[in-house]
Amino acid sequence: MNWRRIGKLMKKELLQTLRDRRLLGVLFLAPVFQLFLFGYAVSTDVNHVATAVYDADRTAASRQLVERFMRSGYFDYRAALDHPAQIDHLLNTGKVQMVLHIPRGFANDLQRGRTAQVQSIMDGTDSTTAGIAAGYVEGVVRAYAAGISVERLVRARGVVSSVPGIDARLRVWYNPELKSVQFMVPGVLCMILLIITMMMTALAIVKEKEIGTLEQLIVTPITATELMLGKTLPFLLIGLVDLAAVLLVAAHVFHVAVAGSVLLLFAISILFLMTTLGLGIFISTISKTQHEATLTSFFFFLPFILLSGFMFPVENMPRVVQWITYAIPLRYFLEVIRGIFLKGNDLSVLWPHVLVLAAFGITIISVSAWRFQKRVG
Amino acid sequence: MMHNPEFAIRAAGLRKCFGSITAVDDLNLDVTPGEIFGLVGPDGAGKTTTMRMLCGILHPDAGSAEVAGFDVRRDPEAVKRRIGYMPQRFSLYGDLTVAENLFFFANIYQVPREERLRKEAEVLAFSRLAPFRTRQAQYLSGGMKQKLALACTLIHTPSVLFLDEPTTGVDPVSRRDFWRILYDLVKAGVTIFVSTPYMDEAERCNRIALVNRGRVAICDTPEGLKARMRGEMWEVVADSARQAKMALASVPAVRGTQVFGDRLHVMIEGDGEAAIHMALQRAGVTAAGVRRIAPGLEDVFISLFSEQSDE
Repeated sequence: MNWRRIGKLMKKELLQTLRDRRLLGVLFLAPVFQLFLFGYAVSTDVNHVATAVYDADRTAASRQLVERFMRSGYFDYRAALDHPAQIDHLLNTGKVQMVLHIPRGFANDLQRGRTAQVQSIMDGTDSTTAGIAAGYVEGVVRAYAAGISVERLVRARGVVSSVPGIDARLRVWYNPELKSVQFMVPGVLCMILLIITMMMTALAIVKEKEIGTLEQLIVTPITATELMLGKTLPFLLIGLVDLAAVLLVAAHVFHVAVAGSVLLLFAISILFLMTTLGLGIFISTISKTQHEATLTSFFFFLPFILLSGFMFPVENMPRVVQWITYAIPLRYFLEVIRGIFLKGNDLSVLWPHVLVLAAFGITIISVSAWRFQKRVG
Repeated sequence: MMHNPEFAIRAAGLRKCFGSITAVDDLNLDVTPGEIFGLVGPDGAGKTTTMRMLCGILHPDAGSAEVAGFDVRRDPEAVKRRIGYMPQRFSLYGDLTVAENLFFFANIYQVPREERLRKEAEVLAFSRLAPFRTRQAQYLSGGMKQKLALACTLIHTPSVLFLDEPTTGVDPVSRRDFWRILYDLVKAGVTIFVSTPYMDEAERCNRIALVNRGRVAICDTPEGLKARMRGEMWEVVADSARQAKMALASVPAVRGTQVFGDRLHVMIEGDGEAAIHMALQRAGVTAAGVRRIAPGLEDVFISLFSEQSDE
């Protein structure tokens, strides 16, 4: 193997990449843009549920409940209804996501010590948001009910200090504000590395096939291994530059800094890149045109994105699907990245994932290299 | 390392199949060092496949090949260092400049710096591309692209040059230029193996092999090939060359006819002139002129292959 020749090939590859404005944009602007998109726009935080209120009771108690809702910070007051027929229209047109209905007799029931009823009608089209909002509704109502009970007790006994009760406090570690950007940044990072290195490698090789330069290279003394390294190492470099760019933007724009070792993050990323570069080479060996290579890449992206835990938590998937996720290398990388990023984990915790990643990387790159050699050599 | 092989290229029993199609079938060739050897044949005859096997891009299913004295299968690296291959289609990096393409290939062949500079100046001079050094290859004209491709295959001073239909789609002036360069290369001792579907180009070779259906039908100098033709070649100029052709088709001595615009080339055995006049008269075709001509390679080619397909 001749490293100088590999170096020349890499240099040529980088020269071509830097000369292609559009490619340059895809490689360096798209990752940052994606981060902004996921960081700002695609937030799974629910805190502005558009709410209409149909208060049929119109008492001090009902108004107090509505006020509690609005003060919680999760609901935005949009409209007051005076007829139940309006509910359907508002939800249907999407003007509100929730209608809070306080039936007539609400205050009366409370006064008499009967169970009072409150209804919240939710737009379930976006099931995630609806589910989270329902949790908030319950919380607000429960707090209100508890307040009333305590008031009753106090009034009955005339003492304040001896009210028994359990005070449950929720403490969220690693991401105390439960901000989705904290959770998203590591995910976006994985996506970017996956897309850029896998697809770009495949395209770069297939492009040479398409324009005929691959054949021109085959008649030179360059070996298949040199050719493969010369075509993949530039994208390893670009992937690492992207990683650094995303880390910088995450730290300075989103104030999501890496809790653990940045060095470890880079080291394990290189391990993961073996898998993606290997897949890129593999795709190039089964595609004749860049078009085919792009489509084949998507064939790999989808399971990676859907089954890795990037979009949906693996724990929520059906048992059989959960088994399949063990075959998705991104799943392990995602755990490692989130671990280093949010929890500050080190190798003593992460080693099993790292081992699996290494096994995937070595296997995939070996198989791909073998196929490439057979095709080119 | 000096290497003086008896043959620049030697192929014995080469065979290559693609699925059920046999592209090259028991092909034999001997090319002497320093000659321009032409591989001539219709499209699909197996010219490109043969060339790709000789360059080590394709592995033959059977047979053996030696190029520049080295076995293509056993010692592909030694072969690759000594050959240049210019495929039919322009296949350089369009987004790199003329100089960058040359530089890249020089580096891949590991041409030492001083030799590279000397060689670069040399190929830029003969290809007249020096003024376009900094232009991206994709913005060159067809003829210039062709010359750049040739320049890139020469940067490492190969001893055997493979050119697959090098002037297809190139204008006549560039084509003439191109051949001028090839003759200079041969003077410098390079062996040139060129495939072409054009007869005028075949005539420029020292020796040619006519290939058809994956086999060498005949291999000789252009003159030798013409001399092999049985019978005489006559040209008939008539108002309707097609009518003349029909009239002559029934004459037993006629071996073949070929229409070229308003002219008809007739290959005939025995006393040609009398037979032609008689046949035309009988059919009522008036001929403006009937004269004997020297057969071109094209006539040889057509007569050979039509004979073969008659079998």
